[in-house]
Amino acid sequence: MPETWTHLHVSSRPDRGADPVGERVRRQAADFLSIDTGRVTTSKIYSVSPALDLARTDRALAALGNEVSCVVGVGAPARLGFRSFISVDKRPGVTDDEGQTVLTVLRDLFSGAPQIASGRAASRDVYWLERALSPAELGRIAEELVGNPLVHVLRSGPADAYEDPRPRGAVATQPVIEEIALPRDDAGLLRLSEVRLLSLDRAEMVALRDYFDREAVRASRGRRGLPADPTDCELEIVAQTWSEHCKHKEFNALVEFVDRDRGTTVVIDSLFRTYIVAATRVVGEALREWGQAWLLRVFDDNAGVVRIDDDSVFVWKVETHNSPSAIDPYGGAITGILGCNRDPLGTGRGGGRLLFNTDVLCFAPPTYDRPLLPGQLAPRRVFAGVRAGIEDGGNKSGIPTVNGALVFDDRFAGKPLVFCGSGSIAPARVAGAPWWEKRIDAEDRIVVVGGRVGKDGIHGATFSSVHLDEESPRSAVQIGSPLTQKLASDFLEEACARGWVKAATDNGAGGLSSSVGELARITGGAEVDLERVPLKYEGIQPWEIFLSESQERMTLAVDPAVEGDLLALARERGVEAVDIGRFTEDGALWVRHSGRTAACLDLDFLHHGAPRKRLAAEWSNPPVEAPAVPDVDLESALLGVLGSWNVCSREGVIRQYDHEVKGRTVIKPLMGRGGGPQDAAVLRLSWSDYRGIAVSNGIAPQYGDLDPYAMCACAFDEAVRGIVAVGGRLPGPDTAAPQFWSVNDNFCLPNVAYDARTNPDGRRRLGQLVRMCQALYDIAVAYAVPLTSGKDSMKNDFTAGGVTISIPPTVLFSATAGIPDVRKTVTTGLQAPGDAIYVIGETQAELGGSEFFRWLGLAGGTAPQVRAERARDRYRCVGEAIAAGLVASCHDLSDGGLAVALVESAIGGGLGFDVVLDGLGPSERPWIPLFSESSSRFVVTVPEEKRRAFEGILGRDAWPIGRVTGDARVRISAGGRPCVEAPLVRFETAWRSGLEGYG
Amino acid sequence: MRTVQALVVAGVGINCEEETAAAYRLAGATARTVHLESILRGDIKLDAFDVVHLPGGFSFGDDLGGGRVLANRIRTRKLPGGTTMGDGLRAVARHGGMVIGFCNGFQALVELGLVPDVGGEGAAEAALMQNASGKYEDRWVRVRADAECPARVWAGLEEWELPVRHGQGRLVFRDVSLRDEIARLHLNGLTYCDEAGRPTDRYPANPNGAELACAALCDPSGRILGVMPHPEAYLSLFNHYDWPRLRRERPERSEEGAGLVLFQNVVKAVLAA
Repeated sequence: MPETWTHLHVSSRPDRGADPVGERVRRQAADFLSIDTGRVTTSKIYSVSPALDLARTDRALAALGNEVSCVVGVGAPARLGFRSFISVDKRPGVTDDEGQTVLTVLRDLFSGAPQIASGRAASRDVYWLERALSPAELGRIAEELVGNPLVHVLRSGPADAYEDPRPRGAVATQPVIEEIALPRDDAGLLRLSEVRLLSLDRAEMVALRDYFDREAVRASRGRRGLPADPTDCELEIVAQTWSEHCKHKEFNALVEFVDRDRGTTVVIDSLFRTYIVAATRVVGEALREWGQAWLLRVFDDNAGVVRIDDDSVFVWKVETHNSPSAIDPYGGAITGILGCNRDPLGTGRGGGRLLFNTDVLCFAPPTYDRPLLPGQLAPRRVFAGVRAGIEDGGNKSGIPTVNGALVFDDRFAGKPLVFCGSGSIAPARVAGAPWWEKRIDAEDRIVVVGGRVGKDGIHGATFSSVHLDEESPRSAVQIGSPLTQKLASDFLEEACARGWVKAATDNGAGGLSSSVGELARITGGAEVDLERVPLKYEGIQPWEIFLSESQERMTLAVDPAVEGDLLALARERGVEAVDIGRFTEDGALWVRHSGRTAACLDLDFLHHGAPRKRLAAEWSNPPVEAPAVPDVDLESALLGVLGSWNVCSREGVIRQYDHEVKGRTVIKPLMGRGGGPQDAAVLRLSWSDYRGIAVSNGIAPQYGDLDPYAMCACAFDEAVRGIVAVGGRLPGPDTAAPQFWSVNDNFCLPNVAYDARTNPDGRRRLGQLVRMCQALYDIAVAYAVPLTSGKDSMKNDFTAGGVTISIPPTVLFSATAGIPDVRKTVTTGLQAPGDAIYVIGETQAELGGSEFFRWLGLAGGTAPQVRAERARDRYRCVGEAIAAGLVASCHDLSDGGLAVALVESAIGGGLGFDVVLDGLGPSERPWIPLFSESSSRFVVTVPEEKRRAFEGILGRDAWPIGRVTGDARVRISAGGRPCVEAPLVRFETAWRSGLEGYG
Repeated sequence: MRTVQALVVAGVGINCEEETAAAYRLAGATARTVHLESILRGDIKLDAFDVVHLPGGFSFGDDLGGGRVLANRIRTRKLPGGTTMGDGLRAVARHGGMVIGFCNGFQALVELGLVPDVGGEGAAEAALMQNASGKYEDRWVRVRADAECPARVWAGLEEWELPVRHGQGRLVFRDVSLRDEIARLHLNGLTYCDEAGRPTDRYPANPNGAELACAALCDPSGRILGVMPHPEAYLSLFNHYDWPRLRRERPERSEEGAGLVLFQNVVKAVLAA
């Protein structure tokens, strides 16, 4: 029987003022595309099948739109005065939360009707435009402003040509398990890897073939009735497991590093183990010596775990979602934030309570106007889409976005970097055992909870391992559903608290293949029956079910004795949970579909069979050539730097993120009368006491070209400095009440594998990575701050038409630390006229990569160096002074140096300042003290009566430079001459206008 | 003195239940957080509570409009006794209790017709439309309370600040006569105002463009109250965006936030009934 449909429309009432969504499209069409649309208004169309009778249609319409604000009806709305339309439908298989919600409403309304219980619904957005626009103009608005052809079906034309939607019916196909013969020749193997998007190289394909050639493997396959050749599912499982995304191949390779600056050559046996793991080990030994036992779980679970107290632990994970965000910014970012949320949820025994998110985003400036390569999206569009994805992902999940950063560089036009971080709190013990230890026994059941499986995200894991080009696989695009995940995470918290879950992990890259494959290592085997996995629609092949990255799913290990209780609770909570198999101990991952074997692989081979890479690296810093600084007017320079992409106010973006849901945020991203930016966020842990946690990020790609070691050291230092600036204390032997620290590192690089033809810079790029890793080790050990988790994202390049855009090497450090009493933390805003202003830490002539040089268009110079031992001692003193209540305000010095930090502090407090730069540097070159970006420094204000005590702690590391004034004026002088003197409002305006209208 | 029993509704995408429950506890009440489905299945009965609170969040993802799908469920799902949860909410208010909704919960109360309900027929008389700015925003606003508002919960809150966090807060009324009636009855308990304390239509002091600059609305009995901003996000002085300076200026200042005063007043209003 053919499907019948009813189309219901809801529009806002024309007498209720301009439609804000339509108004935004009108403005952006004018601003970005120079198209005059006239007025724009919007409608929603909800298509329901089977068709509703008249009575039900009336009741449905009443429920869908409030008559005070809406006009509702059947079919297409009458849009008098509008001459064009654009309609946006979701492509088949793309998440359509709104359509699902319409079904929810209908099921509530007509609870007894079986045809509605099994009905379908789809949602459509329609934009009505006043002017008659050409097909080309409408096409541009459709594709660049309101939709994305990768996820939407876009139609447009004259308003009278508008037609009702025709949602596509389901396509049923027979499940097929394909056998794939492995070619005997290497070229054939590589072709197979390419054709099937396996992203495996020659050595890996050979290792794969050798496995299937093994006598024992052939014999065991014969016993199980499997063909000698691998199945499609087996090839995909190996490719996913071995993909760089999951195995971090570059970080585990053997690297021969030629250090030309030091004239040495070393072979590094895994960057990860040599630097990252080793740093944490050394720090851990120091902590043990000091009698501190808060470091619980590092690197080997989905997130790092540290101890808060006897009852609770803190779980922290930051990761990237770059490739998906490049091709579908909204979907990529929302999937990124929700995926990152699942890491703490899927750590240990699962069910941690999410406390906050942070986001750090790297884009090309929104005004980037170079011709776009085929398949490349305009940077302002990537910015707007990613921002919106994070808004929905965080806000709708009820998780505050408390801290973040925006970084701009033209080279992010190829791939944006989207770093998402989530912290959660979990009980220290569940059912009498430590929460952070996954314990699974053979015969425990495998339960999948949350969303259904579609074709979305197929090949995401291998996709992120290849650089983007015009032909990048579109099936990798997926859109998260915050509601589905919120329900699943609420359920999980409840189920885990009852002790029903022995281990949890998330389904991200690689889907079930990754989650079950990983958990199966604990018992030594698993069996899965794919026909039990709930699907979004028919026609998904067995290997696709196993590999699909459909979001919002968690995989749990559950004792058979409590499984019934767990499944019953899920039903009550409206969350789908199904048993898909069991854990075993026979060493095999056995995947079946309706009784037929789709894959049976030896777990040991799967996880240890990948050959290691050998890579070559070399590096020398470019010679330091200090450019001549022209005679500049410092007021103009300060205005220019304040309005620059990397310094200007982020308020427009920040306000669109909920940063205080849960009611615990004590230091928010903007504080004080004027809303000044802060160095770290601070949250309370509960309402019963004032213990808290501080969160900050450090990132400094601008120094990487000059000195990757300094760049990484500065990024790490910035993250730590941010926490010190609010009152966090570094770990040390003398800490009376030790506080935990937990830092995540995220490396993002272009392709580092040398190839004479395709990647001639590979060795230098890998050399940069080596230097970055060395800096990470040195800083972590010097500060005694452990890395607990992290991720690497390689091959951040975009190639089209023979042109490649590669990102600058980038590393993000995301630091968290315990705060004993949030009431003692400090913010950046100036507080009271008369307070003394100090610069803490030495200022050097380090302007290489600075915002000042960028504003002048100068290259070269010296990148800031981190003098770690001195910085560590200084941080301990700053911590002591803040804890003693001697500090009124504190702001770290970073992009734009002292000048920017002072102005930001003044804006936050709505006060002025009068400072003299003499003593910080040569007075005939005042731009050095004003704009130098020397690391590990702060600007601090101190009430008059506390100066003596303050100076007693900081000693000669504190340089008094002036006073806070009540007149909201900026006064800076050097050598007896004024450099800058003007009302604060002038600088504030420059700072506020930088990003206006974008994002 | 007896302990006030507050029920805080959770689930289906509501996400402020934790701080809302904390607020009632800090105000001296007993708070129980209950999944909506437990109420709809009849496991939890509303008549055992003095206060039923619908917290903020994104119930059903805000699809179809904030609070709309939640309201539909509350109105249509039959409880085991044949009544609906909507009937239960009315009964709580009628028997001297209070029904309160913040943000998304306020949207649901408006969609249910529980506020302003000037006509007494439970029809939707108002709507919360998309902010005039077109954007979701988190920002602190200044509000004034109407001392003559029938909801007797504003003592000590004549003029105060608290955060808004919404994309759909532009309150519009069915027509001008209804709007006038609401002003006459003082149902608009809180008004967005400028630095000088005057009601304002101007963004951002009026963050969404609400008619009557209305930030909170009750029914004529004063027992059903919707608030667009988030009092539960200002339980402590340390939630304020300028707390370090406030403390410096008056070190002896209470560490409680103004939002907590509202919960204390709710508890008092219920005990006085």
